[in-house]
Amino acid sequence: MKFGVVVFPGSNCDADTLHAFRVVMGQTARFLWHKDHDLRSVDCVVLPGGFSYGDYLRSGAIARFSPLMREVREFADRGGLVLGICNGFQVLLELGLLPGAMLRNKNLKFLCRYVTLRLENERTRFTHQGRKGQVLRIPIAHFDGNYYAPPETLREIEDHGRVVFRYADAEGRPTEEANVNGSLHNIAGLINARGNVLGMMPHPERAAEPLLGSADGRMIFESMISKF
Amino acid sequence: MIDLKILANHNLTPGEYDLIVSLIGRDPNLTELGVFSAMWSEHCSYKSSKFYLKQLPTKGQGVVQGPGENAGIIDIGDGQLIVFKIESHNHPSYIEPFQGAATGVGGILRDIFTMGARPIALLDSLRFGPLDSPKNRSIMEGVVSGISSYGNSIGVPTVGGEVYFGENYALNPLVNVFCLGLAEKDKIFYAKAEGIGNAVLYVGSKTGRDGIHGATMASAEFGKETEHKRPNVQVGDPFKEKLLVEACLEVMDKGVIVGIQDMGAAGLTCSAAEMPAKSGTGIEIDLDLVPQREEGMTPYEILLSESQERMLIVARPDKVGEVREIFAKWDLDAVEIGRVIEGGRMKVRFHGEIVVDVPVSAVVDLCPVYKRPVAPPAPPRAASDVAPIPVPDDLGAVFGRLLASPTIANKEWVFRQYDHMVQTNTMVLPGADAAVLRLKGSRKALAVSLDGNSLYAQLDPRTGAKIAVAEACRNLACVGARPVGVTNCLNFGNPEKPEVMGQFKEAVAGLSEACLAFEIPVTGGNVSFYNDTEGASIYPTPVLGVVGLVKDIDRVVTPGFKREDDAVVLLGACTGELGGSEYLKIAHGREDGIPPAIDLAKERAVQETCLEAAESGLLASAHDLSEGGLAVAAAESAFASPGRFGCRLDLDGGLRPDALLFGEAQSRILVTVGPAAVPALLAIAARRGVPAAVVGEVGGAAIRIAQKGAVLIDVPVDTARAAWMDAIPAYFKIRER
Repeated sequence: MKFGVVVFPGSNCDADTLHAFRVVMGQTARFLWHKDHDLRSVDCVVLPGGFSYGDYLRSGAIARFSPLMREVREFADRGGLVLGICNGFQVLLELGLLPGAMLRNKNLKFLCRYVTLRLENERTRFTHQGRKGQVLRIPIAHFDGNYYAPPETLREIEDHGRVVFRYADAEGRPTEEANVNGSLHNIAGLINARGNVLGMMPHPERAAEPLLGSADGRMIFESMISKF
Repeated sequence: MIDLKILANHNLTPGEYDLIVSLIGRDPNLTELGVFSAMWSEHCSYKSSKFYLKQLPTKGQGVVQGPGENAGIIDIGDGQLIVFKIESHNHPSYIEPFQGAATGVGGILRDIFTMGARPIALLDSLRFGPLDSPKNRSIMEGVVSGISSYGNSIGVPTVGGEVYFGENYALNPLVNVFCLGLAEKDKIFYAKAEGIGNAVLYVGSKTGRDGIHGATMASAEFGKETEHKRPNVQVGDPFKEKLLVEACLEVMDKGVIVGIQDMGAAGLTCSAAEMPAKSGTGIEIDLDLVPQREEGMTPYEILLSESQERMLIVARPDKVGEVREIFAKWDLDAVEIGRVIEGGRMKVRFHGEIVVDVPVSAVVDLCPVYKRPVAPPAPPRAASDVAPIPVPDDLGAVFGRLLASPTIANKEWVFRQYDHMVQTNTMVLPGADAAVLRLKGSRKALAVSLDGNSLYAQLDPRTGAKIAVAEACRNLACVGARPVGVTNCLNFGNPEKPEVMGQFKEAVAGLSEACLAFEIPVTGGNVSFYNDTEGASIYPTPVLGVVGLVKDIDRVVTPGFKREDDAVVLLGACTGELGGSEYLKIAHGREDGIPPAIDLAKERAVQETCLEAAESGLLASAHDLSEGGLAVAAAESAFASPGRFGCRLDLDGGLRPDALLFGEAQSRILVTVGPAAVPALLAIAARRGVPAAVVGEVGGAAIRIAQKGAVLIDVPVDTARAAWMDAIPAYFKIRER
């Protein structure tokens, strides 16, 4: 599979994400420059973490206007695989490819730490190598990860099993204490109705090698690579 | 027109003024005076410290670049170089904590990437006043958010450091920022302005009125009017700097530039003077071409602004187009503002007129060097001579108070605000003895430790400095890394006070002695004088940043206990020194005594024992003994234990129990090994003449320490851990709900 990692000005997990796909997973992967209008015939587009445009104004708010986003939207509309990690998730929300918005973390501080996630939906193109209820240990690093959506949207995504990951304790219970940033329904990762666009706040590329403390994020990459 | 008042406002003495007049052959105009004032400030010229800094050993294996450039460089083999430096941003951080600390991060990052290295790690050494004061809390909160906002945005992980608290920092907090970068061999860039006729390009943010005379401000004591100095503090834009990093590394990679220098302290003046001075050339620039974000700026303001995220580049005329293109790709301006000229002069034009015309060497190299009057520090007095120290009845309670002392307590509240994992190299997370970063594509890893103990240095500057070096290296030994180079940040009071200069002289002598003993070259650093507010100086605070190399990533050791029934072995001897200890401060309210003795040969033998054991794969854990002594070290190893294992220790020795538990004797490391590995470990220690003994085993749910069978403390790990974890957050709880 061919992966394309979009580089916005201010992206800072672009190289990490490329490393994860190319070196750790052994896939073909390349950068896609945000000013181009060319997806270079990749099979999957990844919007990496970072501070696109400094996150000035609002996280992801300016990146959605980057020239390449027109192609990314068309690609998603055709059913192409799109993964947004952290700032990439925020860009997907701003693009309207996923519903809802991010507020500041409930403690009003940047939070970098490991969290445990419960895999809620294992029947997606991003998670089919996992099992329902599985607990994943993956780091987060964000200031705006407190997921919000109006009640009717929440009901809609819950009813259709579109919550893919929830912040949970080590036993997989979505407790208030485990909900470190204050997200509604402990939502850490969300998929679109068609099942080809996933946004998640935790960083799977930081949990792909045991050397760094966890390889739980590999399941997501393995799912994307292997046949659904 | 230049009178004594103007001179005083520029922190220049009448003697210095006379020297300027003789160097340029006439009276300077006000703009020229501003140029000299900034470049001859203590901050830029090192005029009070230069004489002593010459003592530091700067040669050694692998040194590619020693002091004198933006950062030091060490060759780590396999075609890779590490580039690193530490710098202070104390004064701005007191006036405006958030921006002061943020721009401190921005500044040190530029020092690293201006040499062609990609920054891979940041660490900070922070010192604040006690947290029971709202003002100190607000300074700490501002500094930590400032570091967090800048480092996180730019995508360089903040992987460790230290945070200390003491009354003497209430009016003068310390913010020392360290950065480590990685470069390819033969791809290093210097601040050169070579090639007559080459273009001088200004890149990055536009120039505003912020930070004018920041360097001069940092070279004077603060009084009650300090608040008015807020406009002297720069404002940071990490997004702009991220673009600047990428664009600069790209022009370097493509080989289209000759030289590059960041505009840090003293702004455009500094880079425009230093670059030609290093190359024996001159420079001509036109200020009308400098991108400005405010109207009506005078030449004085443009030259001395310390607006952030700006660099000066020298490029061949035929390469200017390519440089511009690359910067345009990153949405940055690259504007030609002048050229390299013959004759060694710095000529600055404004509205068609020459406003500065001075020899670059006068500005850069001819600042007077002072050998200021020195008063030797008073010899320290033994604490027991000052007043008797009663042994507390409840040692367990004292243990709890020590764990909850902010200097010892867990610093998660701080480092969780920093992205410490971006770039996916961080193998050992903050909180361990040293930060460890793997080097992608190799079996090697880098380790970094920052260390300093200012109370020791206050009581005995020479010993304090030696211990800072020893402990930073010991921290590296605990993770299995051998030191390859050191940078230092020397924070002191007003050098015009003989007693401060006495402390400085002694501390530099101690550093020099220790670095020679460890055979590690000093590749640069920073001196921060004038850390005085309202007449009171801080404790002398030498902070050491040591970088080490781990040969094999599989041999990295961490402080946490790993398995039940592992043997706990203490390397080194318990001599029970209490002088200058955290215990004396917390339990008895005293900051006195003779700091622990340090024998550098013994220290090195202990570290070598630990390293050999680590490299042979014997060690399950290793943790150095520092503030709080044996009891705190054992507790920290329990807290860092993935299985939350406690330990049962029993020691001999004729020491008083408080000295056994909390004494801060140097040259000690607490390690754990599987029972079968004990003989091998003891053999290594014996061969090196290092005292080593099995003092207990890992296990149980409590930290229990006995002396000859009599239990001194026996505290559940969870209880102790809660005291240690909750201490710092508790001070900030109310505001966070």
